[in-house]
Amino acid sequence: MKKDLISITDFSKEEYLRIMELAADFEANPNQELLKGKVVASLFFEPSTRTRLSFETAINRLGGRIVGFADPDSSSATKGETLHDTIKMVSNYADLIVMRHPLEGAARYAAEVSSVPIINAGDGANQHPTQTLLDMYSILKTQGTLDNINLFMVGDLKFGRTVHSLLQAMSVFENPIFNFIAPESLQMPRAYKHHLEERGIRYFEHEEFTDIISEADIIYMTRVQKERFSDPMEYEKVKDVYILNKAMLENTKPNVRVLHPLPRVNEIATDVDSSEKAYYFEQALNGMFTREAIISHVMNLK
Amino acid sequence: MENNDMKKKLKLKVSAIKDGTVIDHIPAKSLFEVISILGLDLIENQITFGTNLESGKLGAKAIIKVSDKFFENDEINKIALIAPHAKLNIIRDYEVAEKKIVEIPQKITGIVKCFNPKCITNHEKITTCFKVINTNPIALKCKYCEKITAEDQIKML
Repeated sequence: MKKDLISITDFSKEEYLRIMELAADFEANPNQELLKGKVVASLFFEPSTRTRLSFETAINRLGGRIVGFADPDSSSATKGETLHDTIKMVSNYADLIVMRHPLEGAARYAAEVSSVPIINAGDGANQHPTQTLLDMYSILKTQGTLDNINLFMVGDLKFGRTVHSLLQAMSVFENPIFNFIAPESLQMPRAYKHHLEERGIRYFEHEEFTDIISEADIIYMTRVQKERFSDPMEYEKVKDVYILNKAMLENTKPNVRVLHPLPRVNEIATDVDSSEKAYYFEQALNGMFTREAIISHVMNLK
Repeated sequence: MENNDMKKKLKLKVSAIKDGTVIDHIPAKSLFEVISILGLDLIENQITFGTNLESGKLGAKAIIKVSDKFFENDEINKIALIAPHAKLNIIRDYEVAEKKIVEIPQKITGIVKCFNPKCITNHEKITTCFKVINTNPIALKCKYCEKITAEDQIKML
């Protein structure tokens, strides 16, 4: 049976750890010709330069060839071709499909249609599992473990798919603690808090972004987007509250690292960049190794 | 006394059948959806139905009698989402031979529309599929977009 990566919960804890192990291997030795002679389709029904370049670099470093499109305007979807037909056709040509799509559930559907593995590079607001795995690899690398992590999530916790998936993934490890810092209107949805409660995992909610971060091992920042607010006044009230600056990191633990899925706007002040606790650019680089690992795993290359 | 009279009249309104199935306690507003889900509009059996009948539990209820038709459990459970209190009497030779209640299945395939407008199933011809994650109130998790359709958001396809 073919293996896909559609949703972060598709993988077991053992598989998470296997990907971490492979990612470390690719970090030590990024160029390994495991995809030599193979063709990978990179289908971006919605543009995403960052994710696409990370994937395509990973594929190149594995020695694979790439076909596909970078934005929907140059795809057959503009002629009205269904996703079903596009995937049917491409799965005849390629050995693996990496896809990003604006509609939720598109990747799961594609996996049903396709005869070759599908890696979901983001389906609307639903899932972006490779981001979660690179976040986990970044946590593992900086903390030496995925157990006993005190993880602070800051900003838009209501709509941010990256924090939802990371919460689900980290909840399989030993003794995590979650701290959610968000304005009232963007708090972590009930369903995810319920997920933690069912597993007896501790979490705390805060509206104020203060020195409580001194407890943190990881501070995961997200963007508070204006378009998420129905009331512009509400946005004005909170837009400058959830900004991390260097001074705020002074009394934090020495091992704390600041992560952000990028792109950032103003939620991390640029003075943080020079702090040894800033980790978001390295995090992005980890994404490439993690994607090499994910491709190897779903295609059984190693 | 008045209530008993009412019951008698109700029985008269929907005539007895020799063999077949009586589906009772359908919320009146769901009658036509039940007919459509069970495909009763497409078969040639004799069917009688009554609607807006008085019912203590449901307010206004509907009842359907289908001659010479016996439903499989899988088939009948499809109506559980809109008529969770429906009761079936299986009639053989004018007698109630068996009684059945509907049960909400664990998986709902193809009947319900995903409430998420950005779900792929609302954009391409795809059979919807939900896992029933709660029964009271009903909550359905879409296999595709993973969003949860709550009881008050359920719309039939």
